[in-house]
Amino acid sequence: MIELISQNPILAALVALVGLAILFGALLGFAAEKFKVEGDPIVEQLDELLPQTQCGQCGFPGCRPYAESIANGDDINKCPPGGQSTINAIANLLDVPAPELDAEHGEESEVKTVAYIREDECIGCTKCIQACPVDAILGAAKLMHTVIADECTGCDLCVEPCPVDCIDMLPVEETIADWRWSIPVQPGQPGQMIATDRRGELENQSTSGDAA
Amino acid sequence: MAFKQVTSPHAHSAQSTSKVMQLVIWATVPGILALTWQFGWGSLINVVIASVTALICEAIVVKMRGRSVAFYLSDYSALVTALLLALSLPPLAPWWIIVVGTVFSIVVAKQLYGGLGYNPFNPAMVGYVVLLISFPIQMTTWVAPLALLPEGISHPGLVESLQIVFGSINPVDGVTGATPLDMFKHSSGLLVDQVYEREPLFNLAMFAGAGWEWVNIAFLAGGLILLSNRIFTWHGPLGMLGALALMSVIFYDSGSSTSPGTPMMHLFSGASMFGAFFILTDPVSSAVSNRGRLIYGALIGVLVYIIRAWGNYPDAVAFAVLIANFAAPFIDNYTLPRTYGHTDRRRATEKEES
Amino acid sequence: MNKTWVTPGGVHPPENKLQSVTQGIGQLPIPETLVIPLSQHIGAAAIPCVEVGQSVLKGQVIAKPAGVVSIPMHAPTSGTVSAIEHRPIAHSSGMLAPCIEITSDGADTWIEHEGISDYEHISPTKLVEMVGNAGISGMGGAGFPSAVKLNPGRQRPIDTLIVNATECEPYITADDSAIRERAAEIVEGIKILSAILGHPHHIMIGIEDNKPEAIEALAPHIEGTGISVVVFPTKYPSGGEKQLIYILTGQELPSGKLPADIGMVCINIGTTYAIKRAIIDGEPLVSRVTTVTGDAVGIQRNYDTLIGTPVSHLLSHNKYDQQAGGRVVMGGPMMGFTLPSAEVPIVKTTNCILAPSYAEIPDDEPAQPCIRCGMCAEACPASLLPQQLFWYAQAQDHERLEAHNLFDCIECGACSYVCPSNIPLVQYYRAAKGEIRHAQDEKVKADHARERFEFHKERIEQAEREKEEKRAARREAALKAKANPPAADKTDGASGKKAEAKPSSSAADIIAAAQARAAAKQASPEDQQAKLERTIAATEQRLIVAEEKLAEAIASDSDKQAVFSAAVENTRQKLQQSKTKLAELTA
Repeated sequence: MIELISQNPILAALVALVGLAILFGALLGFAAEKFKVEGDPIVEQLDELLPQTQCGQCGFPGCRPYAESIANGDDINKCPPGGQSTINAIANLLDVPAPELDAEHGEESEVKTVAYIREDECIGCTKCIQACPVDAILGAAKLMHTVIADECTGCDLCVEPCPVDCIDMLPVEETIADWRWSIPVQPGQPGQMIATDRRGELENQSTSGDAA
Repeated sequence: MAFKQVTSPHAHSAQSTSKVMQLVIWATVPGILALTWQFGWGSLINVVIASVTALICEAIVVKMRGRSVAFYLSDYSALVTALLLALSLPPLAPWWIIVVGTVFSIVVAKQLYGGLGYNPFNPAMVGYVVLLISFPIQMTTWVAPLALLPEGISHPGLVESLQIVFGSINPVDGVTGATPLDMFKHSSGLLVDQVYEREPLFNLAMFAGAGWEWVNIAFLAGGLILLSNRIFTWHGPLGMLGALALMSVIFYDSGSSTSPGTPMMHLFSGASMFGAFFILTDPVSSAVSNRGRLIYGALIGVLVYIIRAWGNYPDAVAFAVLIANFAAPFIDNYTLPRTYGHTDRRRATEKEES
Repeated sequence: MNKTWVTPGGVHPPENKLQSVTQGIGQLPIPETLVIPLSQHIGAAAIPCVEVGQSVLKGQVIAKPAGVVSIPMHAPTSGTVSAIEHRPIAHSSGMLAPCIEITSDGADTWIEHEGISDYEHISPTKLVEMVGNAGISGMGGAGFPSAVKLNPGRQRPIDTLIVNATECEPYITADDSAIRERAAEIVEGIKILSAILGHPHHIMIGIEDNKPEAIEALAPHIEGTGISVVVFPTKYPSGGEKQLIYILTGQELPSGKLPADIGMVCINIGTTYAIKRAIIDGEPLVSRVTTVTGDAVGIQRNYDTLIGTPVSHLLSHNKYDQQAGGRVVMGGPMMGFTLPSAEVPIVKTTNCILAPSYAEIPDDEPAQPCIRCGMCAEACPASLLPQQLFWYAQAQDHERLEAHNLFDCIECGACSYVCPSNIPLVQYYRAAKGEIRHAQDEKVKADHARERFEFHKERIEQAEREKEEKRAARREAALKAKANPPAADKTDGASGKKAEAKPSSSAADIIAAAQARAAAKQASPEDQQAKLERTIAATEQRLIVAEEKLAEAIASDSDKQAVFSAAVENTRQKLQQSKTKLAELTA
């Protein structure tokens, strides 16, 4: 047998290759079992990153359906409430370049808003209650409704159904308790130097830089 | 009454980046003096040409980037880069060598990466390596030290030196000569003692190499001034010199014919001291923590010795520093200091504390 | 002499303490109005219990604590409550916060109060309650309610009481002068604390060696009490709680833990005085020693200041020259914050009002790029890498920031102090911390919203299912009714027909519905298939309607587009689900 193999180079090569294949296959199989990573399925991870406003601005009935759609290759820039930071986070997760927000789906708002019902105008039609994706509106038929501000995600889905237009989206006021320091503004400092070197921002930079 | 709103702390120490840079410049003075004394006017001419080129380049690039030229020139960092490059170039090198090297250092290695504070590699060493690879002949022609000049010949005077640098005349024979590190590279077959006996470069010297030992002592003195002013910590230089000394002791081979040279020669010739105190202490491109800098320095020391002993180039500080620059982020990842209130060090990429 | 340990890092800024400490503690005239913020401490803001126009006596409770981690507020002088409204307070944001304004009557009449002298015979719980009722919160730093800190209901006994007399910030001499003049009362306060804490083994007063007079003043009072004064070299920030614990005991406070977790209590020396006043004299905390200093004020000294005194009152009585300096700082030059206006009142944590001249503290120079020189890392008392934190704070890389232990930064400012590039490092860290906390809050909220949304969806689907079942049952019942008309119809006379038929048919309905439900539960494949087919038909119908609406919306360019398209998508998905189910079933 050994003699036969040593006599026949093609057979020798074949045996060697098959042997190697079995060896490495076994090794890979072992490694796959031993170092198995129990990762979240990608949809879960995407859903984690979305802001959970359930507003439907992306064209999907909620954040999870959109996460599923992204997992199937949809664009990642359809979420205005999440804004650029969410896009960046998803891009980071999927390892793709981060596009800008698709304006078709709305604009990123600077301030967070919550729905507020002008209670004396409310006729108690329950339409907003049905529209609310997170059950943040309390009330019953023919009785006044009110929004639980803490639960409201600011999706504004309740505004449209209201027959008497008594729902306002009011900005959440900043209080001393949730005030935060902001990153210092440093004119002329090349903090974000690559981005600000672009032509458009060049002039501002140079004037402020000279002033500094 | 409304008051100005400023963030704390309100008190600041008097230290400033431009003062740090100026101090570095002053600390090279002993080295420049020693170089001029031992090798003639060449180094001073290098310094002047490099400085002018660097300032012009920096000004042009900063202007093109739409920044305040005065603000960025006043940090003196371009001058420091120019100075470090000029001091590592051979004296009496043609002017265009210096200009090309400086332009590359400032424009490519520094400004294209974002300017001061953002360059991953030591700009002066990038310039030096580019020159060394592109123009090996000019870059390896060193002037002979004072003690080795032939009878009746002295270093060219200032005017003559300028003429040599700008190419209108050629240097007199005998003004150039080998460096101690060259000597050992090409002295295979001889015992260390024999080399020392035969070569005036060594038998006219105190312990390392005629002229070169003075230059190294001068840079050591300058480095100690910076150290005592807390411009940098002792970790980097000690790491490098310690590793270099250790390597040269281990591989000294008791002076056999294959020995790469004595430990003293390795520590006090070539760019050893200059590298240890002026090049690898560049904080921008080095590791950040003290432990990290110790490892970073040691890595450079080991690399310097390896390249000197077994590589193709007689000196190796530039290559070693650039390789260590590559390794700096990696070193940083594993050398975070232990924070107050924590039992273990963390890694920079660790998400949850273990 | 007790052994002391040396902390890493630290800086030695010019002390500038002499100018304010020489004249002793002064008294200022009572200001016309005092403004008492309802939140001067860590924890919930107090709730006002007085009304506008009501007259109050000095020491009268004007606001009650809201919950356990909160403190009451007392009227600092007698007078009338003239307003309860939002006012500027001592906060870096410069925002307004609820305050009670008292217009003083000048008489400064105390409310009836009574202290106790034999505190040794009173239970610690009672003493802690008295401390709480006196409205005492930490007077050195953050203002943590003292009663909470001293609460005896902890698991681990306290074996070390540390009294913080470090006062490491430059300029401030409030504690120094208080010790010089009130050493006896301070030691009395420490004894009370000792009694509350069950007489810990070690009682140490930690003090820097730049206060020899204060050390001397304490010496005669601590003899034979078991209290030791531990002197250590001056270095900023030795007075940080974590740093002081290490200096005095050699132990590190584990990250994220409280001193009580390692059997220690750390209390400011000003607070011990307030505790003495509260227990022995029965006086609530209505005043504190505050240093007024800086070259922009003509007189630099310490004052026993009523809580609520507007800063303008202090400044005008000390010949403040607004031309001389641009900023007024509450606190010291290292950690203090600039005041938005002079109307801000003194609060329980205000140890210093610093009005520096331009010569003392010039305007900040523009920041230069970070060259990672590492001077900040050398200065950091927590052994962090400030240059890396700065880098990642700029990049908003939260993971790396946390890996570099950002949250162990005590914001002492030593890194910014030494930074040769004048980078406002501390602000970067504060911003990054705020952002990380905000992101965590947002995450919690988002998870909550997701849960509610899923529950909502579940409920809608459930309702939909039930409706569908009912409909199916009704249809079946109708079919049945058609097939075999009720027997009553035949047998009974025409007159009784309708009256009889109704109940029986409705009864049949109910039975049929119940049967249908049971059938659905048992779910013969045919039934399920039929049901699914019906669902699909209905959903298809809905989809058509929804698409029409969407088309309409698009045509009229209405802003409802998004809503409708969401609805279309929703329906489409449901349809898809049903179809797949059907496919599964038939397959």
